[in-house]
Amino acid sequence: MSTATTSAPARSASDATVRSWKNPIILSVVALFALFVFAVGAPGNDVTFRLSEENDPIVLPSIVVSAPVIGWVAALAMIVLAVLAILRTRSGRKIPVWVLAVFAVLFLIAFLTWVVGSARTPNVALYGLLAGSVTLAVPLIFGSLSGVLCERSGVVNIAIEGQLLFGAFAAAVAASLSGSAFVGLLAAAVAGVLVSLVLAVFSIWYVVNQVIVGVVLNVLVSGLTGFLFSAVLSEDSERWNSPPRLPVIDIPLLADIPVIGPILFQQTIVGYLMYIAVAVVYVALYHSRWGLRTRAVGEHPKAADTLGVNVNRMRFMNVLLAGVVAGIGGSFFTLVAVSGFGRDMTAGQGYIALAALIFGRWNPIGAFFAALLFGFATNLSNVLSLLGTPVPDQFLRMLPYVVTVFAVAGLVGRSRAPGASGIPYIKG
Amino acid sequence: MNRQDDRPVDPATGGGAHPTRRDAKDAARQDEIRLETAAETAGGEVPPPAVPATTAGLGVGPGAEAPLMQRIMTGNALVAFLSVVLSLILGGLLIAVTDQEVASASSYFFSRPQDTIAAAWTAASSAYIALFQGSVFNFEGDTFTRMIYPLTQTLTVATPLICAGLGVALAFRAGLFNIGAQGQILIGATFAGWVGFTLHLPVGIHLLLVILAGMVGGALWGGLVGLLKARTGAHEVILTIMFNYIATNLVLYFLSTPAFQRPGSTNPISPQLDATAVYPPLLGASFRLHWGFVVAVLATVFVWWLLNRSTVGFELRAVGANPSAARTAGVNVSKGYILAMAIAGALAGLAGVAQVSGTEKVLTSGVAASFGFDAITVALLGRSSPWGTFAAGILFGAFRAGGVAMQASTGTSIDIVLVVQSLIVLFIAAPPLVRALFRLPAPGATRAGKGGSSTSTTPTPASTGAAA
Repeated sequence: MSTATTSAPARSASDATVRSWKNPIILSVVALFALFVFAVGAPGNDVTFRLSEENDPIVLPSIVVSAPVIGWVAALAMIVLAVLAILRTRSGRKIPVWVLAVFAVLFLIAFLTWVVGSARTPNVALYGLLAGSVTLAVPLIFGSLSGVLCERSGVVNIAIEGQLLFGAFAAAVAASLSGSAFVGLLAAAVAGVLVSLVLAVFSIWYVVNQVIVGVVLNVLVSGLTGFLFSAVLSEDSERWNSPPRLPVIDIPLLADIPVIGPILFQQTIVGYLMYIAVAVVYVALYHSRWGLRTRAVGEHPKAADTLGVNVNRMRFMNVLLAGVVAGIGGSFFTLVAVSGFGRDMTAGQGYIALAALIFGRWNPIGAFFAALLFGFATNLSNVLSLLGTPVPDQFLRMLPYVVTVFAVAGLVGRSRAPGASGIPYIKG
Repeated sequence: MNRQDDRPVDPATGGGAHPTRRDAKDAARQDEIRLETAAETAGGEVPPPAVPATTAGLGVGPGAEAPLMQRIMTGNALVAFLSVVLSLILGGLLIAVTDQEVASASSYFFSRPQDTIAAAWTAASSAYIALFQGSVFNFEGDTFTRMIYPLTQTLTVATPLICAGLGVALAFRAGLFNIGAQGQILIGATFAGWVGFTLHLPVGIHLLLVILAGMVGGALWGGLVGLLKARTGAHEVILTIMFNYIATNLVLYFLSTPAFQRPGSTNPISPQLDATAVYPPLLGASFRLHWGFVVAVLATVFVWWLLNRSTVGFELRAVGANPSAARTAGVNVSKGYILAMAIAGALAGLAGVAQVSGTEKVLTSGVAASFGFDAITVALLGRSSPWGTFAAGILFGAFRAGGVAMQASTGTSIDIVLVVQSLIVLFIAAPPLVRALFRLPAPGATRAGKGGSSTSTTPTPASTGAAA
């Protein structure tokens, strides 16, 4: 406990010096970048954002904007906000959150207009861009919720990647063998729990460093699924690796609403479960006895123990629960996205979920929006490489990761992990 | 430790940025002494007798002040050996269970169980024999060269593993989880490769420049993470993972530009490195083993010296043991983070050099293979000590070299190597589990009654929670 008391003043001291000028400087640099690239370097043509298909029940007109106009307006507005931030910081006050939010939205609009305008076909389906983002974000959201459950109770979960991958694998195998996608969904949850069980046993019972267990578990699951894939699944893929897909369930009428209809009301059961899980975890974490105990165990286990909470049992159960959530998220890969398991098919999504968790400040809602942002960045790079932009393909594919680095290191400021996250609790 | 010598060294590098340091010299010295004792007993939370007894058993020697990682890995040589055996058994079971012949024999298991057992034994043992033949000694070879060829192959594969593993281990000792060796290898290899095929220099100087460029590339990529962590407090685990992806795409982009792409090729592949830019073979042209292995040995000696005999190394270990205490004692923690990541990156860059100028002799996006990720398990298995990492690098090099041969001869997927490797690290990390499985007595059996698990491993006060 001496760690906590000595680090607190030191941390806040460095906080004060770091925080004061970081944001204004970043905002100024980004605003100038926007001025030179999005405004001065704007393409001369118009940009079309389509809001609906021609044969949708409700057809909205497309938004047509002029690229230079948007570029200049957005860049100048961003400069105004940056100047505002500098003034606020000089007078020693905090920069309001809305300044950062508006700045980010302006940057996004300017960037979209510029990049689509420079493409061979300056015409993009906005609804598809958004719906695709949500679809890509589904496993990330499950993964980061798994992280929230673990870390809030004081266990670092690097093994999200492994949980997702094993969930995907189990879902594919179980669904193929049984012929039912729902059995696959169930198996995915069980597989996630299995990974969690190893994490919990090693990090809570045997007090092995949690990050080490997580990293090693990811390697173990990758090796295990890869081995079984080549030894069993690819030998007879008809039998082992041809799972049926989960059906998309349209909610009548609501699914016809333009733009948000497909996002909210035209999902598979995994998609609906995702929304439910975010809401349930949020409410339970902040408005239930279980949530209070979880947070207490994660912030100050000794205090919680003194008040009669069984710290390690609480952590154990939470880690297992996290396995259920991440396992279901893993089923997305084999039951929704594509039909069938592939070697290392999660491709680092678990790590991005981890980043979303930190970007979302260990809060379910925050993690949800952070994951959406990463989904958006990924989908944008996919869509843009189809449109044929001047930006090299490799840089587009870098986008989600660069966004993550900026998110973690940049604008969000210093986020604080749960106090006891990563520290095993030994009673006594 | 020559504590008196600490003083003159640091103001030179730190530029006298810490006026408090001279004022509180005596206080700092007290803190330092406390820190050293804390490093040995983890702030008094660990019973002192249990830990030194086991570390001595490992042959780590008194020089190692029982760092964070090492204590987690505390076990004795027997536990380490049993962990390897247990992992091999589990891997063998996995091979047997998924084998076709075993499956067909098990259909009549109850009438003739010995068939199933024989088939399972054949499946597992033939795979492991192939693994051994491919990594240590090929007793079917007709010439001596053929017989020892596998061993040199193991050392060749071990070379980048050792270098990158040292980088990961060094960062561990400074309390940083460097998952980014993969990206650092890639960037190092890119720098080294560019010098290797663009510049045309005389023998000797060219190779030296290539090595230097690789180290600089890795150091920049790693140091950037350290800088971001020190300046913004961002978590290094996330940063290094993201930097891996960025590096992969960056290298792919470079390989599509005229400066890097092979003339006349549309594939992402660079020209061949100049003959002056590659490591000469170590044992003659019939083996692939190159001088990069000697560089890896030198790197191991250097890291050992750095960690155990230098002021910088002491400060890095202090930062790793407890950043707050280190800061109180006058150590510049931010500088420590940046320096640790830069050196770690430079070591990973050496691995990149070993790949691009030793084994591959050409730059592709796959030049790093998965060495950067394997390096993490290597460093964990080596308990973050330089020579432990060296030994673990050779073991995993043998697994990888033998795994390739095994996949070719028996068709067993090389993924089994990943399973065995990760199981070894898991078991070694939890000695109580291995002891329980083999019914070994716990060290300090009188204490074990209180709670077997908590006596031999310790909490990690300064790892991830404080970092974020």
